[in-house]
Amino acid sequence: MTEPIFDVQRLGYKNGSNQILQGITVQIEKGANLTIAGPSGSGKSTFLRVLATLLTPTEGVVKFAGKKQSTYPKPVYRQQVSYCFQQPTLFGETVRDNLQFPFEIRNQKFDQNKALAGLDSVELKAEMLDQPIIELSGGEKQRVALVRNLLFKPQVLLLDEISAGLDVDTKGVVHRLIQSYRESGVTVLSVTHDESEIAAADDLLRIRDGKIEVPAHE
Amino acid sequence: MNNLIVSPTALAFAVILVVIALAINLKEKIGLERDMIIGVIRAVIQLTVVGYVLTYIIRVNRVWLTGLMVAIIIFNAALNANKRANGIPHAFVISLLAIATATLITILLLVVAGAVRFTPSQIVPISGMIASNAMVAIGLAYRSMNTSFHDQRQGVLERLALGANLKQASKHIVQMAIRTGMAPTIDSAKTVGIVSLPGMMSGLIFAGVDPTKAIMYQIMVTFMLLAATSIGSVIACYLAYPRYYNSDMQLSDRNGSKQQ
Ligand SMILES: Nc1ncnc2c1ncn2[C@@H]1O[C@H](COP(=O)(O)OP(=O)(O)OP(=O)(O)O)[C@@H](O)[C@H]1O
Ligand SMILES: [Mg+2]
Repeated sequence: MTEPIFDVQRLGYKNGSNQILQGITVQIEKGANLTIAGPSGSGKSTFLRVLATLLTPTEGVVKFAGKKQSTYPKPVYRQQVSYCFQQPTLFGETVRDNLQFPFEIRNQKFDQNKALAGLDSVELKAEMLDQPIIELSGGEKQRVALVRNLLFKPQVLLLDEISAGLDVDTKGVVHRLIQSYRESGVTVLSVTHDESEIAAADDLLRIRDGKIEVPAHE
Repeated sequence: MNNLIVSPTALAFAVILVVIALAINLKEKIGLERDMIIGVIRAVIQLTVVGYVLTYIIRVNRVWLTGLMVAIIIFNAALNANKRANGIPHAFVISLLAIATATLITILLLVVAGAVRFTPSQIVPISGMIASNAMVAIGLAYRSMNTSFHDQRQGVLERLALGANLKQASKHIVQMAIRTGMAPTIDSAKTVGIVSLPGMMSGLIFAGVDPTKAIMYQIMVTFMLLAATSIGSVIACYLAYPRYYNSDMQLSDRNGSKQQ
């Protein structure tokens, strides 16, 4: 067996006196396609944020590719373990500002063709590049945010309900895009409430009250 | 310099001006009467004391005494800027460093250029002018940073999640803060002479100095304040922005909104 990409041991996360995650132990293989489900408020987003180092666990350890999270420089780690927010916000003035940013933080020159290809991959038009972000619809914003995470291929994608609120066709577009990243070796963890996505899951992890739910019988 | 006469009686009559301000305040229920009275009393006491202190310092003309006076001015300016920081950790030390550097560099350049001489009668008032302008600029910059980090919290989180370092995640906020801090100085540089006749220049002309000389001094003051406020706000902002994050490169909860 190869080394898991994530090795999570007795993970706990507490905010003040509020125990949000508790005793989570799980190994996730490289290249896995894990679906995470569970009731609202059960701690799914918190779990992904801990994996992304956007929150620091208060108990337990998370190892990424065999080494503790804390041994990686945060920017390097976060570029490899890319978290897509549940309700993403675009920043700056235009779509371009958002797609430029991933280049900027890598000290690279903005590659407009790459950005346009990204927009095209989620069926957004090239003209959108210079559109003010306030003019975008919710679903368009969501897709621009996804492109922003995908301009540079990460090792892991943490998707927090990214297709919630999209129509069936657009969902299909997003699913196919994610599928193509999976096929190129990206590990994908996606949180969802969508019954059809849960039914189609390769691997399913259910979280309830901050713990992994063990199936009663199976 | 003798045509400048404000006698104590004349000053007592000037109290009428304060009474007018107070009356407006009371009538319009603005609620600033307490602050106004405190302000007036403090101004009278502080200025009286400083008047005697300055007379003494100028008369004995000792370098260490001049230095001490400048240090006190800088210290007080930092204390005041710190009040505007609204809880930014280490804001006092940051303000002190920023104001001290801004004041000392500017004065050094002025002395080297021969624009002012190193005598208490020139160094002390100029330090006061520089330090107070730097203080206001830094206070405004702090406020702007606090507001932006609060209002644009989600945007900063997104940038961090994309793998930005602290500088990259805060760049737009820092730029905005520096701009806000410098705005009053730049505006007054643009309107000096058209809208405002600044205190120093008016004072000199008032006191009977040749207007062209007074104006040359004012030009120097304008330049020096531009330099001082930019040095001060840049240093303060660059030292302050990392304080909004914890050691794991996450936004601290300190400024508020719990939801994300
Ligand atoms: N910053 C925070 N401070 C305090 N409590 C928080 C914070 N973030 C989340 N929580 C709490 O932690 C719990 C889990 O939140 P989380 O966002 O992980 O749930 P979730 O499973 O993603 O829910 P949903 O399906 O609604 O997105 C909730 O009770 C929430 O109120
Ligand atoms: Mg969630």
